[in-house]
Amino acid sequence: MNEDLYQQAILDLAKSADGAGRLAAPDGTAQGDSPLCGDRVRMDVKLDGGRIAALAHEVKGCLLCRAAAAAIGRHAAGLDAAQAAELRAEVAALLSGADAAPAWPELKCFEPVRPHRNRHGCVLLPFDTLRDAIEKAAGR
Amino acid sequence: MKFSAHEWRGHFPLLANHPRLHYLDNAATGQLCAAAFDAVTHHELTQRANVLRGTYKLAEAADAAYEQARRQAAAYLNAASADEVVFTSGTTAAINLVAHAFGDTLQAGDEVVLSLAEHHSNLVPWQMLRGRRGVALRFIRLADDGRLDLARLDEIVTPRCRLVAVTHASNVTGAVSDLVPIVAAARAAGARVLVDGAQMVQHGPVDVAALDADFYAFSGHKAFAPNGVGVLWGRAEALAALPPFLGGGGMIGRVTAEETTYAAPPRRFEAGTPPIAQAVALGAALDWLRAQPWEAMRAHTTHLAQRLLDGLAVLPGLTFLGPREMTERLPIVAFNLAGIHPHDACQVLDAHHVAVRGGHHCAQPLMDRFGVEGAVRASLAPYNTEADVDALLEGLKDAQRKLK
Repeated sequence: MNEDLYQQAILDLAKSADGAGRLAAPDGTAQGDSPLCGDRVRMDVKLDGGRIAALAHEVKGCLLCRAAAAAIGRHAAGLDAAQAAELRAEVAALLSGADAAPAWPELKCFEPVRPHRNRHGCVLLPFDTLRDAIEKAAGR
Repeated sequence: MKFSAHEWRGHFPLLANHPRLHYLDNAATGQLCAAAFDAVTHHELTQRANVLRGTYKLAEAADAAYEQARRQAAAYLNAASADEVVFTSGTTAAINLVAHAFGDTLQAGDEVVLSLAEHHSNLVPWQMLRGRRGVALRFIRLADDGRLDLARLDEIVTPRCRLVAVTHASNVTGAVSDLVPIVAAARAAGARVLVDGAQMVQHGPVDVAALDADFYAFSGHKAFAPNGVGVLWGRAEALAALPPFLGGGGMIGRVTAEETTYAAPPRRFEAGTPPIAQAVALGAALDWLRAQPWEAMRAHTTHLAQRLLDGLAVLPGLTFLGPREMTERLPIVAFNLAGIHPHDACQVLDAHHVAVRGGHHCAQPLMDRFGVEGAVRASLAPYNTEADVDALLEGLKDAQRKLK
């Protein structure tokens, strides 16, 4: 099971680093820290009409965390705060074993993380940070 | 005395139940030795009762076993008296006890000296004390090899210092602290000394009389005993000077509706029913450990750690956190591989049946000092063998192939 965790899809997603970097003038920035391993995610968002117009992230984390952030970088444009919170819940449900097809096809590569409960936080940290960043931006 | 790691493994039932396991996370928790397991079983099946309360034979037997455990812990530490041994739930509880009981005697402006190598359990309680009492925290810095930098000790331990609280050995770098100048500086300032022995006691008996400290804390679960029990040793006059921390049954002299007088140490600091069977098992484990051939066992673990250091040093992109030499250090080796996160490395190692820990190891200020978020840590015990070290090295090569 461990070796399944590091299938090519997850390695490729992490290495793509889609969305990596900083925004020059974000509407909201959030930082997420993992108390377990010290990993850190910073996410900048710009909103247009309450929806994400631009996003960038900086990740100091493991492959799972980097892959999750890259999936967000690839697909998060257009989300509003409620959808970001819903997305976070959907990823948590997927890790807990829910069968529903995920919103983004890339999220399926996190299914092998299911039995490794101590690694769920690695996947969820970027989604937590995304939710916080949009809430901060929307609350300005 | 001769020592055989393979024979020693026979005293640890879990290792027999997991013959393929390479357990190298001993700094987090040691495996339970048969002496401790047998003591728990014997106690719970033949003499289970509450302590310090009953007058019936069963309770008297439980009392005797609990007080014997205190004597066994005192013997392991070379303490002057069993009354200097306070049972707690672990090192964290022991340090929090001092942070409250001693800490509440401090005033704003008093100073507590720590090091940047401390486990969070010997840092956070003092930050919380700073919030309650307004004390100032000062830190002994770390040299590039992870050892405490004692060059400017006289500037750090000032006449305002009331306590120096430092680790006996780092849970990350394995570096053993040079306590002699630290204790001398504290004494010159009139300060107390607390030593965090959580990593040290499982590597052989400790001599608190020779250390000349005031408090020494350790946990049972790292010393091949059950979890849920630990020890705060305190010099008799240092304990006698402290007010209680937790209040409740067992720690009192006389209680009226209006006020309470307190028992003498150690019971003053053991409010409520203590972890009785755990303490009895810890005493049995320490008694067994005290009789082991430690010189030969240290030679064995040092040989293994050196084999590990040498094997790691030739891996591409490897950096160590801690000393490279095996003098004045425990067989704990922390490192990073370029481009590979510690958690990912540990996950691949698990597929090789190698159990090691990755992360910040509850020592984030030390991680900050070295500019990393975390590290992989392998920590050895006398039951480890060359096969364990070699499995780790092979697993790391596999991680480098898979994750790059």
